[in-house]
Amino acid sequence: MITYALAFALVCFGLGLILNLWRLVIGPTVADRVLALDTMVVNVIAIIVLYGIQTGLGINFEAAMLFAMTGFVGTVAFCKYLLRGSVIE
Amino acid sequence: MTFALDIILSILLVVGGLFGLTGSYGLIRLKDRMQRLHAPTKASTVGLGTALLASMFHGLMIGTGFSWQEVLVMIFIFVTAPITANYLSKVHLQSRHYDGQTPATGVSRDWATFDQQPEDPEPRLPSRDS
Repeated sequence: MITYALAFALVCFGLGLILNLWRLVIGPTVADRVLALDTMVVNVIAIIVLYGIQTGLGINFEAAMLFAMTGFVGTVAFCKYLLRGSVIE
Repeated sequence: MTFALDIILSILLVVGGLFGLTGSYGLIRLKDRMQRLHAPTKASTVGLGTALLASMFHGLMIGTGFSWQEVLVMIFIFVTAPITANYLSKVHLQSRHYDGQTPATGVSRDWATFDQQPEDPEPRLPSRDS
């Protein structure tokens, strides 16, 4: 039964990735695009974790952690740039 | 035991997938810029959290034991998602401020983001005379 649930969850997060891409393309403001990218990072982490369940390997945790860190730092740097005009003052 | 774990894992995976899809659908569906912040920062985070929980319990099922590494990712995501939302809402408020469309606060003072910061005194080298 877990095989079907895993496939369902993978399809859900993949569909979410496509919807985020749509928002990334049509987003009226830059902040919407940043938000879409941040959500894409969350969905990609979920897909990596689900792929780790599917294959049974333990190394996917490092990739997920790396994605979480770079996604957070990238989003905050983008917001800081939009707010202040420079990333590090 | 294995059957119960199978049931729990399947429920967690289905619920997580639905939450993740809801978060991404809300990003498309909601109209206003501020409304659009709600769906991804809450629903997608919960969806990822349940997926990580499923990954943790999966270690019990395949016999490698409860895997604690996913707790790190979960803590990191749950801590950083509100910070991201706060920064993005600040960006929205700032852009509305420039357009002159900031919503009323209901009190006498303006939004705290627009408070004038006290100017930092210029850093000076210690003078030789004193």
